[in-house]
Amino acid sequence: MKRRVMVKSLGMLAAGALLASTALVPAHAEEKGPIKVGILHSLSGTMAISETVLKDTALMAIEEINAKGGVLGRKLEPVVIDPASNWPLFAEKARQLLATDKVAVVFGCWTSVSRKSVLPVFKELNGLLFYPVQYEGEELEKNVFYTGAAPNQQAIPAVEYLMSKAGGGAKRFVLLGTDYVYPRTTNKILRAFLHSKGVADADIMEEYTPFGHSDYQTIVANIKKFASGGKTAVVSTINGDSNVPFYKELGNAGLKATEVPVVAFSVGEEELRGVDAKPLVGHLAAWNYFMSLKNPANTEFKKKWAAYAKAHGVANADKPLTNDPMEATYIGVNLWKQAVEKAKTTDVDKVIAAVGGQKLEAPSGFTAEMDAKNHHLHKPVFIGEVKADGQFNVVWKTPGPVRAQPWSPFIPGNDKKKDEPDTH
Amino acid sequence: MRMLRLIVGLLLAMSVAPAMALDRETIAQLTGGDPDEQHRALGAAAARGDLSAIPFLRDLLADRVKLAGDKAFIVDGDKVVDALERTPAELPADAEDASTSNSLRLAIEETIALIELASPDRAARLEAVKRLQSAELDESRVALLAKAEQKERDASVRDVLRQMRALGELQSADRVQRLSAAQALRTTISGRVREALKTRLATEDDGEVRVALTRSLRNVESSLAIGENLGVVFSGLSLGSILLLAALGLAITYGLMGVINMAHGEMMMIGAYATYIVQNLFRAHLPDHFQWYLAAAAPVAFLVAALVGVAIERTVIRFLYGRALETLLATWGVSLILMQAVRSLFGAQNVQVENPAWMSGRVFVTDNLELPYNRIVILIFSVGVLLLVSFLLARTRLGLFVRAVTQNRGMARCVGVDSSRIDTMAFALGSGLAGLAGVALSQVGNVGPDLGQHYIVDSFMVVVLGGVGQLAGAVYAALGLGVAGKILENMAGAVLAEIALLIFIVVFIQKRPQGLFALGGRQAD
Amino acid sequence: MLYIPPAPSLATRIFGLRGWLAFLAAALTIFVAVPLANLVAPEGSFLHLSDASVALIGKLFCYAMLALAMDLVWGYAGILSLGHGIFFALGGYAFGMYLMRQIGRDGSYHSDLPDFMVFLDWKAYPWFWSFTDHFAYAAALAILAPATLAFVFGYFAFRSRIKGVYFSIITQALTYAMMLLFFRNETGFGGNNGFTDFKRIVDYPLATPTTRMILFTLTGACLLALILVSRFLVSSKFGRVLTAIREAESRVMFCGYDTLSYKLAIWTFSAAICGLAGALYVPQVGIINPSEMSPAASIEIAIWAAVGGRGTLIGPLIGAVIVNGAKSFFTAAIPEYWLFFLGLLFVLVTLLLPKGVIGLFDTLASFRKERAR
Repeated sequence: MKRRVMVKSLGMLAAGALLASTALVPAHAEEKGPIKVGILHSLSGTMAISETVLKDTALMAIEEINAKGGVLGRKLEPVVIDPASNWPLFAEKARQLLATDKVAVVFGCWTSVSRKSVLPVFKELNGLLFYPVQYEGEELEKNVFYTGAAPNQQAIPAVEYLMSKAGGGAKRFVLLGTDYVYPRTTNKILRAFLHSKGVADADIMEEYTPFGHSDYQTIVANIKKFASGGKTAVVSTINGDSNVPFYKELGNAGLKATEVPVVAFSVGEEELRGVDAKPLVGHLAAWNYFMSLKNPANTEFKKKWAAYAKAHGVANADKPLTNDPMEATYIGVNLWKQAVEKAKTTDVDKVIAAVGGQKLEAPSGFTAEMDAKNHHLHKPVFIGEVKADGQFNVVWKTPGPVRAQPWSPFIPGNDKKKDEPDTH
Repeated sequence: MRMLRLIVGLLLAMSVAPAMALDRETIAQLTGGDPDEQHRALGAAAARGDLSAIPFLRDLLADRVKLAGDKAFIVDGDKVVDALERTPAELPADAEDASTSNSLRLAIEETIALIELASPDRAARLEAVKRLQSAELDESRVALLAKAEQKERDASVRDVLRQMRALGELQSADRVQRLSAAQALRTTISGRVREALKTRLATEDDGEVRVALTRSLRNVESSLAIGENLGVVFSGLSLGSILLLAALGLAITYGLMGVINMAHGEMMMIGAYATYIVQNLFRAHLPDHFQWYLAAAAPVAFLVAALVGVAIERTVIRFLYGRALETLLATWGVSLILMQAVRSLFGAQNVQVENPAWMSGRVFVTDNLELPYNRIVILIFSVGVLLLVSFLLARTRLGLFVRAVTQNRGMARCVGVDSSRIDTMAFALGSGLAGLAGVALSQVGNVGPDLGQHYIVDSFMVVVLGGVGQLAGAVYAALGLGVAGKILENMAGAVLAEIALLIFIVVFIQKRPQGLFALGGRQAD
Repeated sequence: MLYIPPAPSLATRIFGLRGWLAFLAAALTIFVAVPLANLVAPEGSFLHLSDASVALIGKLFCYAMLALAMDLVWGYAGILSLGHGIFFALGGYAFGMYLMRQIGRDGSYHSDLPDFMVFLDWKAYPWFWSFTDHFAYAAALAILAPATLAFVFGYFAFRSRIKGVYFSIITQALTYAMMLLFFRNETGFGGNNGFTDFKRIVDYPLATPTTRMILFTLTGACLLALILVSRFLVSSKFGRVLTAIREAESRVMFCGYDTLSYKLAIWTFSAAICGLAGALYVPQVGIINPSEMSPAASIEIAIWAAVGGRGTLIGPLIGAVIVNGAKSFFTAAIPEYWLFFLGLLFVLVTLLLPKGVIGLFDTLASFRKERAR
C-alpha cells in the first residue's frame, strides 16, 4: 500500500492539530474600545426560518444604541455567530463567544434544547445570556435572563380565556403537541391547572405527533369525536411546520373555529407568512405581543424595524413583520444596556445584580419590568384571532403585566422551590 | 331587568310576530364589545323571530361591518351602505372594523338558525335545524324549538326537532317522558346523542328506561362505528395514495433502473414550487380562471421536474451507472444543492399555495362520516397517474425499451436500443412523476425547501417493501402502509405507529429481502 | 523454484519506517505538545492553545474515529451503512447515563433522579439505567450496547443476504426509527433535550482544564490505538478476505469462506468503535440528543470517508477533518453557501475523485514519477 501517502497523512494530521493551536489564540480583552456583544442565533438549518429575524432585531437594537452614543461612552460591537441549528455546536460556539471573543453578554437561542446545551458553558465561564422565546419554565439560572413567556404568561391565561364565557366556555380540552419537551411540560402544567378548575381526566385528551408530522386525519377525526361530548377547545403546541397540515385538515373535517377553537402558542405573524391563512381564520394564538397592537411604542417599533429591514436588505423587507420573540429580543438588548449603565461596568455579576427592576416602555403598550428576583419579565398576555391577512385581532388581554412563575405551582414539589436562582 | 327584557321579548314574539325592524339600539348592542350585552341582544332577536335582522347578522359574520361613532356601515367591496337604512353612504375616514370573537360568531350563527326556523322555505328550515343540532340549548332556546316543532308541517324537519327535544327530555323528572325520549333517540346517529345516552345511563334508576336507553345506545353506537371504521380506512387509503404518488417515480428510477435517487424528494419539492408559480401566474393574469390553475400546474410541474431530472441524469448519474452506492451519495449532494437553490430563489420561508374552492368541502357519506374533496381528488389523481404509468410501461414503445433495458441491458443494446437515451427518458419520467406528487402535496401540506426531506424515507420504504422492479408491489406497499399506519395510529398514537411501521419494514426485509414481489430467477454477481 | 518471501514482521506490516515516524510525531503532538500549549504556555502567548480549541480538536478526534469505523465497513468490506449514527449515539447515551448519575443531587430539583425523570413523576430509575452509576459498567455498556445491536441486526441482515443499497436503506430506516424512539420523553432518555448539564466524571469536576486535558489525551490515545488495530486488521488475512468480499462476495463464498462471519465481525467491531467515539464525545461536548441519529448525520459520516478516500484508513480521518473544518468556516463566514458547498463536495468527490483526497495525492505522485522518467 501507499506508505508515502500514509506518512504524509499522519504528518498532516499532526500539523493540522498544531495549526489549530496557533490559529485559535484568543485576542486580548480590551478595557477601552467597543464592548463586544454576542449574538447566537441559527442562521442556517431548520431553525433559521425563525431565528434569523432575531439576529436582525438584536442588530437593529444595537445600531440604535450606538447611534445614541453607545453604552458608558463605548460603542457596542456585535459578534454574530451561526450555530447552524446544531445543538452541540451551540455549546461550542457559546464557549467561543465567552472564552475567545470575551463578549459581555449574549443574546440568543430559540429551542429549549439549544438553551440547555449552552447553559453549562454560561455557568462555567460566568457568562450572561438573554433568552427571548416563550418556553416551558422549570428553570431559573443566575446567568440567564428570560424575556419570553413562562407558562403562566401564555398557556394558562389562554386556557382561562377558553373557559370563560367570552372565549366560548369550553368544557373539554384537547392538548395536542409535537412530541418534545416544551409541549409535554406545558401540557403537564395545563392538565394540573384544568384539574384545579374541576375538569376531569375524561374531559382531557392528550395527543402527540412526531416532528414534521403531516398527516392529521386520524387526530382530527378523534378530535371531532371527542368534541361531541361537549364544548371543546384545542390547545396546540404543535411545532412550526406541522401547523399548516393540521389546520387544513381541521378545515377538511368541517371543524370551524366557532365550534372547536384552537389556541396555539407557536403560531405568530412570522409563521403565518407564506401560509394560506384561510383555514386558520378565527383560530387563536396567545402571545405577549402582536404586531396589530395599537399604541405609540408599537408604531415606533414597527417603523424602526421596517426602516432597518429595508436599509439592510433583510429577507422579506418588502413586507416587514414583527412578532413576539422579536419584541422580547428588543426588550432584552435595551434592558441589558440600562443595567450596564446602572452598574457602570460590564462585569457580569454586577450587571446581573442591576438587571432586576429595570423597566422599559415596551411595544406591547405596557411597561415591561424585569423581576427583581426571578430573572423573568413581567409581561401582559394577549389572545388574538387569526385574520385572513395573517395578522391577529386581539380579543382579550390581561389588565396589566403578569409576573412569571418559572416554577409552575401546578407541578408537585415546586412549592418548595425558591423564586430566585440558586446560589451555589 | 334582564328578566323583564326576556318577557317583553317573548311577549313581542307572540303578539307582533315576524315583521319587526332592526333598530339602532340592537346594532349598538351587537357591536358594542360587551359580551353579555351582545348575547342578550341576540337572544332578544331570536325570541322576536326577527327575520329583518338576518342580513345585518350575516354582514357581521363576514366582517363587513365598520363603525364610526354611533353609526354602523356595511362595506362590501367598494359599496358602502348605512347598516340601518341600507342606503348608500360615505365611509368616514376614522371607521374601524367591528370586531367579533368566536363565541359571538357562534351565537350569531345559531341565532340566524333559530330565526330561520320560521322561514317559509323548507330547505332553509332543514338547514337551520341541522345547524342547531350541535348548539347548546338553554331554556329560552328549548322553548323556541318547542314552538317551532308545533308549527312545523314537514316530517323530516319535525323529526330532527323531536330528537332535539328528546335530548333535553332525557333529564326530565317524568319517567314516561324519559322513556319516550330514549326511544326517540334510537335512530339519531350523532356523537352528541351517544354521549347524552351514556351520561343518562350512568344515573338512570328506572329499569324500563334503562332498557330503552341501552337499546338506543347500542343502536347509535353501532351506526357510529360504521362511519368511524370507514373513516379510518379512508384516511389510510388517502395516506397510501400520497405515499404511492411519492414513491411511484422512485419505483421507476430505483426499481427499474437501479439508481438510488436521494434527490427524489427535491423533485417533489420542485413540482410543488412549480404549482406555486403557476398559481401566481393565474392570479396575476387569469384571475377569472383561478379555480383551474391546478389543471395547468400538473403538466408544468411534470415538465419542470422532468427537465431537472434530465439535467441531473446527464451531468451526474450518467457517469455512475452500476455504482449504486456512489449515486446515492452524489444525488444526496444534488438534493442539498437543489434545496439551497430554492431557498436562495424563494426564501427559506414556506410559500403560499391555495386550495381552489372546488377542492374544499366534503361529501356526505353517513351522519358522522364526511369525506373531504381534496383528499378524494388526490386519491383519484393518484389512480390516474398509476394507470398512465402502467400504460406507458406496458403499451408504448418507450415502455418496451425501458423494460428491455431493465431486464438485460447488454442484450437490449445488441438489438439496437439506444440504452443511454432510454436511461435519460426513464429518469425524466421518474422525476416528472415526483413533480406530479409535488402538485398533490402542495394541496395538503406546506410548500417549503424541506418538503422533500419529509417524504424521502417513506418513499424508499414503499419501494423497498414493494419489491424492486414492480409497480404492483409499490401499489400494495403504499396502500398497505397507509392503512396499517392509520389503524396503528388509532391504537397507539402517531409516534409509536411510525416507529412500529419502520421496525416492521426492517424485520420484513430480513424475511423477504426482495420485498413483497420478488422478480423470479437466480441472481449472482 | 518458487520464491517465498519471508513473512514481514508485525511492525513492518502495519507501517513502514516513515509511517512509524509520522505516528510518533502524532503521538508527541497529542501527548506532549497540546497539553503543554494548553496548560503551561501562558494565556495570550503565541504558543497558547485555548480550552475551546482543545475541545474542538477533541471533538474532531471523535469524528475521526467514526470515519475510521465507517471506512472499515465501507472501504474494506463494501457495506455502506447509513445508520452509523445509531451506534455513535448509543455509546454517547450509555456513557451519558453515567454522567447524569454523577450529577447527583446538584440538578435543579435536588433529587437523586435526573431532572427529566423527576419531571415525568418517575420514582425510580427504569431497569436499563441499573448499574450505570458505576464507571466501568457504563464504559463497557457504551461499547457493548452498540456492538450488541450491530451484532443482532447484522446477523439477520447478512444471513438474509441483504446487501448493497438495500442494506443502506434499511440502516437508514433503523436510524430514523431509533431517532423517533429517543425523541419520546417516555423512552427514558430525556426526549429531545437529551442529556446535558453534566457536572462530574469519576467524581472530578468536568469543567477544569486538567479534566478536559485528560479526556483529550484519552481520546487521542484511543484514536491512535484504533489506527494501529485497524491497520493490523486490514493488513492481515482477515482484511484480505474482507476486500475480496467487497469485490465479489459470491465468489468468496464459493471458495468456501463463511462470508457471514467476516462481515459480521467487522460490522460489530465498527459499531463498537462508534460506541467508544460516542462515549468520548459526550463529556467533551457536553450534550447528547437524538439529532445525532438523524439520517442526515449518518450520511455525513459516509461523506467524510468518501472525501478522504475509502479503503485507506487514513483518508477518512483527513476527510472528517476537512469536511468539519469547512463546515466551521462556512457556517461562520457565509452560512447560506454551506449547503451549496457540501452538496457540490458530494457530487464532485463521487464523480471526479472516487478515491478521495488520498487518491488525488497518489495520482499526483505517480504523475510526477512518470514525468521524472
